[in-house]
Amino acid sequence: MIRLVDVSIRAGQFALQNVCLEIPSGRYAALMGRTGQGKTTLLETICGLRKVDSGQVIIDRVDVTDWSPSDRGVGYVPQDLALFPTMTVREHLAFALRLRKQSVSQINKRTDELAELLQITALLDRNIKHLSGGESQRVALGRALSFRPAVLLLDEPLSALDEETRTEMHVLLKQVQQTTKVTTLHITHSSEEASAVADCRFNIESGRVQQIELNP
Amino acid sequence: MNGLVNEVESSAAELPSRSTVQRQRSDVPFFAVMGGLSSCFVLLIVLMLAADVMFTSLSDFTTALVKPEIQAAFKLTMLTCTASAVLSLMVATPLGYLLSRYRFPGRWIVDTLVDIPIVLPPLVLGLSLLILFHLSINGWQLERWLRDDIGFGVTYRWPAVVLAQFSVACAFAVRTMRVTFDQIDPRAEDVARTLGCTRAQAFLKVALPQAERGMIAAATVAWARSLGEFGPILVFAGATRMRTEVLSTTVFLELSVGELNSAVAVSLIMVAVAMVVLLLLRILGSRPSQ
Repeated sequence: MIRLVDVSIRAGQFALQNVCLEIPSGRYAALMGRTGQGKTTLLETICGLRKVDSGQVIIDRVDVTDWSPSDRGVGYVPQDLALFPTMTVREHLAFALRLRKQSVSQINKRTDELAELLQITALLDRNIKHLSGGESQRVALGRALSFRPAVLLLDEPLSALDEETRTEMHVLLKQVQQTTKVTTLHITHSSEEASAVADCRFNIESGRVQQIELNP
Repeated sequence: MNGLVNEVESSAAELPSRSTVQRQRSDVPFFAVMGGLSSCFVLLIVLMLAADVMFTSLSDFTTALVKPEIQAAFKLTMLTCTASAVLSLMVATPLGYLLSRYRFPGRWIVDTLVDIPIVLPPLVLGLSLLILFHLSINGWQLERWLRDDIGFGVTYRWPAVVLAQFSVACAFAVRTMRVTFDQIDPRAEDVARTLGCTRAQAFLKVALPQAERGMIAAATVAWARSLGEFGPILVFAGATRMRTEVLSTTVFLELSVGELNSAVAVSLIMVAVAMVVLLLLRILGSRPSQ
């Protein structure tokens, strides 16, 4: 569950005032809105990369407002993916697990499981430099899901992909969410994308977040 | 429609033919000017080195190389330059990272202070180090404390050589490391933090491996600057043969006793050493990453 209670954020000239939002556990939400409305700022606030001026950020019934990003247990896929240039695909999937001091066998099991789910088994020992857009996207998704986060945040994850790959990724994202049951917040500009993947939809405009649709 | 086609055809007929335009836009003057200006500098270096080689002879080299003073200076130069480069890298990496990533109070002051050794005349830097170590504050003196209480005297000893080299070399290394971290996208470190890294882990596991080439470049710059350092060493460490003499002071000492041939031979040894070390570091830096 993701819950924002009267959250206010200021970043230079830009400000979001008293934002409220609630996404129930296990739901896939799409957040839409014009460029510059603060969608990315909101995502960065949920994962702890941006401090709030006031209000509360609640994840799985725990107030994490003052927690550091490393303690929040949030999977985050930024728009630019921000993959680690010196690591292989396998190292990306194992990164968060090594930090949690899991055993080699546990890491290998989880890495293989994720690679199979995301269809990147053949790429495991490749460096990320020569991956295609769709492949990089899957690696970033795998890295974010590797430590079984309670919440997954996706910032326009499919914007740089071609039509065919995007359709493939819609299916994959839906499948991943149904398999992992992770509460997901997905920023997109595309209504078509929101309809394809999300079961509830929010719109952000003039600093206010409004729920516009909730499919059962 | 026909009217439009005729208009296009008539205006095309007024234009000069395509091949004439292409012949007028030659790239030769561009390359001639750029190449000519660039070659001035390269030629100056080549001519200087060629003049040195022509001035000296093989016997001058062998005479210089068998002198115990020059052998000791060679050994001390290698050791102090390496120590100074390692120390510079150890300080420049965190400082470059902090200046690149964080906006903290007094950042601009730190940023300006770091550049002071670059712009300061070398003799002034040496003099400042000498004053720092010998300034008496209520009877307490840094040099005396280090020498008598810690048992590690600095002034006019080998540590003074390293410190004099480090003071300048580190400033150049900080600049290199700062540019290196400026060019590395901080988003990867942000994502690493959401995956469970502390800031220290994000730096060590994500930023530092990406900075490998920058670190090699910073070490190269620091080593090269240390080799060429002379003024601060002369003032702060002195030029005592077999004790604080490095190759740059050897050239000065040989010149001062009228041994011009020996001074040129040592200068060419320095050129050769610098080229070998810089080449090795460049090869190391150009290794393809995994």
